[in-house]
Amino acid sequence: MNAPLPAQKTLLVVFASLLAILALSAASSRVLTGGTGAAVSLLLAAAKTALIFAYFMRLRYQSGLVRIFGLAGFFWLGLLGLFVFADYVTRA
Amino acid sequence: MNPASAKEISPYGDLAQRSAAQQLGMWMFIATEILLFGGLLVSYAIYRAAYPAAFADGSRRLDFGIGTANTAVLLTSSLCMALADHAAKRECRARLRGCLLATWVLGAVFLGLKFFEYHQKFAEHLVPGAHFRPAGGAAPPVQLFFVLYFAMTGLHAAHMIIGLTAIAWLGWRTRGRSLPPNPGAAVELTGLYWHFIDCVWVFLYPLLYLIRPP
Repeated sequence: MNAPLPAQKTLLVVFASLLAILALSAASSRVLTGGTGAAVSLLLAAAKTALIFAYFMRLRYQSGLVRIFGLAGFFWLGLLGLFVFADYVTRA
Repeated sequence: MNPASAKEISPYGDLAQRSAAQQLGMWMFIATEILLFGGLLVSYAIYRAAYPAAFADGSRRLDFGIGTANTAVLLTSSLCMALADHAAKRECRARLRGCLLATWVLGAVFLGLKFFEYHQKFAEHLVPGAHFRPAGGAAPPVQLFFVLYFAMTGLHAAHMIIGLTAIAWLGWRTRGRSLPPNPGAAVELTGLYWHFIDCVWVFLYPLLYLIRPP
């Protein structure tokens, strides 16, 4: 169950990708507005988080059990958001 | 206690099994942390959906440059922590200490910039309460934006302080000529926590600094 370490070169490539996504996120916020801007910036944040979870936190190299634990929080958070907004958007 | 009786009461067959259990425990803790921040995120989503213009006004009053620079600082500190994992696995003491020091310094830079920003907000009367008087006036829900801003970034900063303390403790443990046994386990667990704090900021950055009016 002890996951192998990603190669140092892989970590550097991931880091460069994270900085590129950050630059894209900052630049797009100057151009995009309203709901589109919010959706794009959140998608870019999700991409950064996926890279950090997969490589820096090594979830990609872990067993299925650890992956389930790693993603459980997002699942519960999704349920919370889903039921809260199911109420808000359907109010008269 | 002699080694035989110590082995009898240990729930682990070997070091690898113990390390696997520690990792699983840390991932479970991270899941609860996602929900801790999740409560604030859902509150934020409700109020932002209700008052989009006020949230855009509040975001405009934050320092975009500091927010962006701090994101880059934290991503770099995460890289240093990931490289510390490598150094610990190879039991390369000097490199491990170097990576931990770089992570700690970058974390401290982040907090320094954050507290500078807090000071700016105090000076500009943007702290919610009796003295909340934004320049040029603002709609009442703008104060709500700043309540969430201070709650979310304050909780994040508290986590950063805990992370910096853990990294300093790792540095203290590796001060001797030789590394303690199995140094990789403690570095890995601290790293998981540190990277998670980084991920929280990755979301706070667009939610607080990048809002543009509809």
